[in-house]
Amino acid sequence: MASNGKQWQAMALKALKVIMKPSIKKSRQLYQPMSIAVSKTKLILLAVVLVNLSACSSLGVEPWERDLLATKAMALTSSPVDAALDDHIYFSKEASSGGKSFGGGGCGCN
Amino acid sequence: MRYSNNKNSNQPSQSNQHSQHKKANIKTALSMAAGALLGTGVIVNDAKAEVLKDWQFDSAFLFYSEDQRVTAAEVIVSGNKTFANDEILNFKLTIDSLTGASANGAVVQAQAQTFTRPSGEGQYVAPAGDTPLDDTFKDTRVQLNTQWTQPLAENYTASIGGHFSKEFDYLSLGINGNLAVGFYKKNSTISVGLSHFKDTFTPVGGIPKPYASMLIGDSSSASWDEAFAKTRIASSDNKVTSDVLLGFTQVINRRMITQFNYSYSMVRGYLTDPFKIVSVLDQQGTAQDYIYEHRPDERNKQSTFAQTKYHFDQNLLNSVLDISYRYMWDDWQIKSHTLDSTLHMSLSNRLGKQSYLQPHIRYYQQSSAEFYRPYTFTGQEGHASPEENYISADYRIGAMDAVTLGIKYGFSLNNGNDFSVRLEYYRQMPSNAGFAEPSEFSNLTVYPVVQAVIFQLSYSFL
Repeated sequence: MASNGKQWQAMALKALKVIMKPSIKKSRQLYQPMSIAVSKTKLILLAVVLVNLSACSSLGVEPWERDLLATKAMALTSSPVDAALDDHIYFSKEASSGGKSFGGGGCGCN
Repeated sequence: MRYSNNKNSNQPSQSNQHSQHKKANIKTALSMAAGALLGTGVIVNDAKAEVLKDWQFDSAFLFYSEDQRVTAAEVIVSGNKTFANDEILNFKLTIDSLTGASANGAVVQAQAQTFTRPSGEGQYVAPAGDTPLDDTFKDTRVQLNTQWTQPLAENYTASIGGHFSKEFDYLSLGINGNLAVGFYKKNSTISVGLSHFKDTFTPVGGIPKPYASMLIGDSSSASWDEAFAKTRIASSDNKVTSDVLLGFTQVINRRMITQFNYSYSMVRGYLTDPFKIVSVLDQQGTAQDYIYEHRPDERNKQSTFAQTKYHFDQNLLNSVLDISYRYMWDDWQIKSHTLDSTLHMSLSNRLGKQSYLQPHIRYYQQSSAEFYRPYTFTGQEGHASPEENYISADYRIGAMDAVTLGIKYGFSLNNGNDFSVRLEYYRQMPSNAGFAEPSEFSNLTVYPVVQAVIFQLSYSFL
């Protein structure tokens, strides 16, 4: 299991490097405030992911340590109904949708 | 179905028995209603008990009201049935109703402005100094979703779903699929999701011709219908949306979990809003004409999303902090940042009830689409090649900041059912993304703030 996990981590790491490379390069060349801000965000995200991946062996819990993680409040979407209602509101009032889940069609509100 | 039993006392008082009886009645009624919704119809008590035994229902009523604009009421009933081998079936019914006024895209003026209704029948007038709002906004929507989730093999979970949504002038059909692979004792999960939607829009009055001038005049005159028809190109149009969602979740420790998503969304087809127009001004800023907006027939959106949840210990009320951030960008040059956070605080047990308080804050910021203009000027409409001259004055694709502040209070009843109430305030603050303002606008509010109140009641029952 562990070796399987490491293979995945290595693959994800490689993929991330490929994705991140052009945008970092671009921001260095342009020195535009916006692109630097964007690349900073991406770099922070990358750093968080990298820290996660590289420290994976010490991350995680044993199955019997999932007492808190199993609670409803700790679910990544703790209230699907609230999330559905909010998605509908913001989909119809703003130019962005999805990200956490699918942001597809479904209503003529935007 | 399970009836409530009082665990606090072996000999419940009369009033307790009464309230329990009442509760059971409500519960029976709700279960019957849910049964009816699911197509099981009216069934005898025993059979009903059998059918609904493993079902878990979430229901909610939402009221959304904008200051002087749209008011919406929405009801959701969602049922989950978990089978013995961890297969989960979900049905969700959503019904919403919308009334009120919506910004038509035209810019505010120092004098009153007259517009033709989207149907071509009749007119409405925007008072001097007010952002023009089309008050014919009215719709009812019924939406059905179903989702089937099941383990495929050790550590592999698959899910497929369908979507149907119908409004008076809109039909949406969708399918989705998702595969999740857990590894490292399921502390890490990678998932791939695909979804595909096909929407058909049949707006009242048809699809307007981009850049055509809004016909304003006497709709009862003999030549009106023919003249109005000349501003139309079709009666309906389609839109296709395909999404890919890649996800990675990681358990950090007993108290912390994180999630990272990347999504790519392709939208093709009719993306213009047939009800939106753009003011054509003279150099002083006085409206000379209103033209129908025109958006590209293609949009490619990408987003990254990161979320962390942390469970504090007793010293901090066993609170759960949820922080998420989304960065979205698309080929319309819209970029947006969304920061969302809730803090779920458990309150001390009172009268055997578990309760919590959950404050919520959300901050949203978007830049404008490259073809967004709050208005245009005579001679600049670009009649020459409308295909390349996209234009929209819809503030929803203009620059804006938005803030949501909310609070939710929830408690568990003795029988394990949950009730919650949520109150939120939503404020949109559109801003000028660098467009020159004619002198006439000095005393006018070109980018008005939009405020809304969101009120929600939720009830989850077994």
